[in-house]
Amino acid sequence: MKKNEYLQTESTNRTDGSLFCMEGADRGFAKEVSQRSGVITDLCWHCKCCSGGCPFAHAMDFLPNQVIRMVQLGIREQVLSCGAIWLCVGCNTCSMECPTAIDMAAVMDALRQMAIEQGEAIAEPDILNFHREVINSIYRHGRTHKLEIMLRYKLQTRKWLSDMNTGLRMMSKRKLDLRPSKVTHIAAIRRMFRQNPGGRP
Amino acid sequence: MNNLNTLQYSYFPGCSLATSAKESNRSLISFCRQQGVELTELRDWNCCGSSSAHSIDAHLAHHLPARNLALAPPDRPLLVACPSCYLRLKRTHMEIAEDSAAREEFQRMWGRRFDPDLEIVSFFEMLSMIVDQGRLKGLSGRLNGLRFAPYYGCMLMRPPKMRREHTFHGLMEKVLSQTGAEPVRWPHKARCCGTFLSVSRPLVAAKSVQTIMDGAARANAECIVTACAMCHLNLEIRSTRPGRIPVLYFSELLSLAGGIGQGEGWFRRHLIDPRPLLRRHHLIA
Repeated sequence: MKKNEYLQTESTNRTDGSLFCMEGADRGFAKEVSQRSGVITDLCWHCKCCSGGCPFAHAMDFLPNQVIRMVQLGIREQVLSCGAIWLCVGCNTCSMECPTAIDMAAVMDALRQMAIEQGEAIAEPDILNFHREVINSIYRHGRTHKLEIMLRYKLQTRKWLSDMNTGLRMMSKRKLDLRPSKVTHIAAIRRMFRQNPGGRP
Repeated sequence: MNNLNTLQYSYFPGCSLATSAKESNRSLISFCRQQGVELTELRDWNCCGSSSAHSIDAHLAHHLPARNLALAPPDRPLLVACPSCYLRLKRTHMEIAEDSAAREEFQRMWGRRFDPDLEIVSFFEMLSMIVDQGRLKGLSGRLNGLRFAPYYGCMLMRPPKMRREHTFHGLMEKVLSQTGAEPVRWPHKARCCGTFLSVSRPLVAAKSVQTIMDGAARANAECIVTACAMCHLNLEIRSTRPGRIPVLYFSELLSLAGGIGQGEGWFRRHLIDPRPLLRRHHLIA
């Protein structure tokens, strides 16, 4: 479904006299997001300062405030499968603009984690693949090993030729070390992963 | 502000400074040494989790920084070189400090008491203290006439929880002006570079980077100055148009201003070669 279409079409379908009544709306959803993120999404009054300030709004399928709106309305599936939650890099520009001090980056973190746990379709699988490779690298070495992350990411996404030049230029400037920088007491790192309630990511 | 006046710090470089941004790491260490600041690298530190842990795994996003806090000796502040690692470490420290269950968990996991008084300091905070105390060395005018665009990126942003934390906006202008360099006025000093989108959505990051690079060049800057290894990398690899200008680390320029770093090979590691510019200003041979 395209940007805005959902909000426009479904809201005409009132049957129970409430402010919003939508097919499949999930009223527990906003609460779940609040519990995870520590953010009360109802505080958002949609002034759109966040969306105006967001440096990546132009590439998102929904604007940041629309993501909050979908949470408020309980449109679980649409928000968890949208691309915007993956394009957010957590730069906090929006939070600095927000008059009610909503921690947008924390909301986006919560939504991504819920999308993974609840098996929703991931709109930006390459971005998730990248995050997974970073975390795999931390599991192996306790630190990130850029060359390995990039090679494994390429293996996952099969985009071998993209950025080949950039990689080679970085190699020639010795910016990509062949060997990882490592944590000695790696058992402590592995223990963190084992205790993970969600299992290994 | 306990411990801030002592000039002994534990040092957390972070993954980027330890590997791809060694020139940032080394210039920062050299500069600190010159200023009489002793850095002791945190023994066996681990990755703070970067953008990826908090993006997809709340458990790791909490415990990865926590282990580093547990490694920090109690008698000195912890200097975090990378602005992004700083945010993760500081935030985790705040979260544990205000939650008794998290403090108990910390003790159970790491076998030592959580230290609520541990000072976690960014490079900017440390430098600002040195400047305020009037003991900054190297204000010799070596950078005379160098026009730079101060670039902070998301360093100027804070999550609401950390709103009271100082961002040190303007510190690069203030300090480098004292060494003779001239900051230009430009509109993109706080625009995010795109961080990991540079890998998975390169065109999106490139658009941001190009805006930043064009903006700096239009403002007639000869170079962009940053303190962040992520910003540095993105600005270098995602700007492709002619007319792009070199990107220097704040600590590299501070070192040059103090007369050190000329022969260290830091500038050979840049993808946009800054050496012609530095030669023009007689900063390197």
